[in-house]
Amino acid sequence: MALKGLDIFKLTPKTNCKDCGSPTCMAFSMKVAQGAVPITKCPHMSQDVLDQLSEATAPPMKTIEVGTGSSLHKLGGETVMFRHEKTFVSRNTFAATVCNCMDAAKVDAVLAGIKHVDYDRIGERMYAEMLFVNYDEASGKDSYIELVKKVAGLEQVLILNVKDVEVAKEAVALVKDKKPILNGATPENYEAMNAVAKEADVVLGVCGGNIDAIYDTVAAIEKLGNKKLVVDVTAATAKETFANAVLLRRGAVQDGDRTCGYPSIVNVAALAKGNYHLQAAYASMFVLKYGSIIVLDELTYALALPLCGLRQNIFTDPQKPMRVSPGIYPMNGATEDSPCAITVDFALTYFVVSGEIERSGVPINFLITDAGGYSVLTAWAAGKLSAGSIAKFITEEVQDKIKSRKLILPGKVAVLKGELEAKLPDWEIIVGTTEAIELVNYLRNNFK
Amino acid sequence: MPFTKKAHAFKAAINEVTLGTGDRAVTFGGANTFPFYSFDAEAKHKPIIGAEISDMGYEEETEGYKAFYGTADVVERAKKAAAMDEVAFICLHFAAADPFGANKSTEDCIAEAKAVAEAIDKPIVVMGCKNIDKDTELFTKISEALAGKNIVVMSAREEDYKAIGASAGLAYGQKVSAESAVDINLAKQLNVLLMQLGVNAKNMVMNLGSAAAGYGYEYVASTMDRVRAAALGQNDTQLQMPVITPVSTETWAVKESIAEEADMPEWGAREERGVDMEVVTAAACLAAGSDAVILRHPESIRTIYAMIDSLC
Repeated sequence: MALKGLDIFKLTPKTNCKDCGSPTCMAFSMKVAQGAVPITKCPHMSQDVLDQLSEATAPPMKTIEVGTGSSLHKLGGETVMFRHEKTFVSRNTFAATVCNCMDAAKVDAVLAGIKHVDYDRIGERMYAEMLFVNYDEASGKDSYIELVKKVAGLEQVLILNVKDVEVAKEAVALVKDKKPILNGATPENYEAMNAVAKEADVVLGVCGGNIDAIYDTVAAIEKLGNKKLVVDVTAATAKETFANAVLLRRGAVQDGDRTCGYPSIVNVAALAKGNYHLQAAYASMFVLKYGSIIVLDELTYALALPLCGLRQNIFTDPQKPMRVSPGIYPMNGATEDSPCAITVDFALTYFVVSGEIERSGVPINFLITDAGGYSVLTAWAAGKLSAGSIAKFITEEVQDKIKSRKLILPGKVAVLKGELEAKLPDWEIIVGTTEAIELVNYLRNNFK
Repeated sequence: MPFTKKAHAFKAAINEVTLGTGDRAVTFGGANTFPFYSFDAEAKHKPIIGAEISDMGYEEETEGYKAFYGTADVVERAKKAAAMDEVAFICLHFAAADPFGANKSTEDCIAEAKAVAEAIDKPIVVMGCKNIDKDTELFTKISEALAGKNIVVMSAREEDYKAIGASAGLAYGQKVSAESAVDINLAKQLNVLLMQLGVNAKNMVMNLGSAAAGYGYEYVASTMDRVRAAALGQNDTQLQMPVITPVSTETWAVKESIAEEADMPEWGAREERGVDMEVVTAAACLAAGSDAVILRHPESIRTIYAMIDSLC
């Protein structure tokens, strides 16, 4: 909610002292309203007023930080409903689940799975960033405390899912320095649970099931002075959970209601009730619409491959295309004698072309050259993919490592063939296909 | 003070389109909200699922797929798929017609389509081999052969919309799917061209383009978001056709679904990967705005049906 210059002016001392560098308090207020100077430039504002103003000029959804050090994650801070309006801010995080109702072997299996599924995709680390530590009352407090101790050393941010205030107090004390989330406030216990979270200085998760209960509880906790919150939007059904997630996002972003403006937790494992593939479907939906933390039973490889890829796509900045590192990518068991095929470093191009080469089964040294992250034609038009840039890349990076002297060029830049032949006299320059989809047949017919 | 809910249902709506004939005809579209926003207004129709039946044989399919379908021919497989309650229509995919592949003749394709149409009573959607010349011939002749069956022809593209629109749309009264490549302006332009040709907007659906999760899916999501926003928010009648998205043809072509376990042991069983890729992509399409998705694996079909059912 942007403040008007006049609203800010009312809060200034109105002395026109010029200490801020502006000729009058009115001029200063106008600049602040436009975001040209920070409010702190005025040395005479009281702390009260500063707090009030920073509150009013903050984005509609709070950015909440959890974890510490290299495991610090920012959640929320979103400003729009759709990614074509503006880039989404904080990518979703995924959590695996352990519970004190599980036997030791099961817990170990989950933890081993977290270690196993941890890989790099186009420069981004893909893994379960969080661990949802569920408290089952029937299994008793002692087993829960033991479980928290067991997972305390992991790099994953812990989400302590416990509604019992006494248990929460003891569990949080064990790991509070690592800034976990205490997912425990309900309409019934929020006062006591809020005290636990405040004392340990950790983020408090607010649960309630239906949207009115969630909203009222958040408002009540805000009144107690705590705004380090996340909202667990999980309800009894997927339908209601989705409604909660969308309505809160809309309330914050479109209607400017800050009580709605907190990151969300969505427990899709609970919604899917053990149906593994259904869990995948729900997780996918909440990656798009509006889960900040998505809680799964486990992030298996089979699930991580599409889900993390989807997240990477959705949270990409449209103005900064995803790029792959330039270099030589040997495919289908290519050796230094296998022919080379070159394209640009735009990630989408890389994925589509490498997929087709893989399907062809023909050994190819796939070369990626630096083209500013643009697609083939765009890079060519922008002068980022030229005979000069390709020749330089081949002589500096490829020539010494590859014996083959066959180079397949994207069909869309066939025009570069003549100039390349002049610049790379040892090389046979071959014009490949215009579309990736034609590659399988082309490679099988010409290079097998 | 409870949460003040503001309903955001729109006055405009996506067109309702009926596929097939008789008792098993199915109507879809009709939404006047963003997908699954039942809190704004209850959906008139649930999104529907089509089962892709390809004529390419089994070699590359997973064990689970084979276990479900056996080694039956296209007609038998279509019957098995049509017997699933979750399946609203059958998508016959003539991949083998590709002149650079198996180059199956148009006559053989038509004979197969006719046999399927006789064997099942659920609606039929026809998908080609992506070769423009062959598809044009195939679509024109199938539209004629299955006249009166109210099928959908996937797809009329920029290159062949005139021939497809004139035959499937005008001469034989079939439904025409306008296929564009993840760009709202291209989608709109193609719809306008088809409408200028005389094809009734109510007889059209759209394929806005598709991609597997992780493979440039952001373009798919944003195109669908924008098309739905324009169709409802601005009452843009040139973008109010329901959206059919072929998911399986994209997801079963990426390495996550193809690579054998022997080659990627840490990734685990291929079947699980393939189904997850199909399920995650389909769910993302539905959440972004597909009114129908085309899937291959029976487990994916059951899962996505359960998801839709729980959200509507």
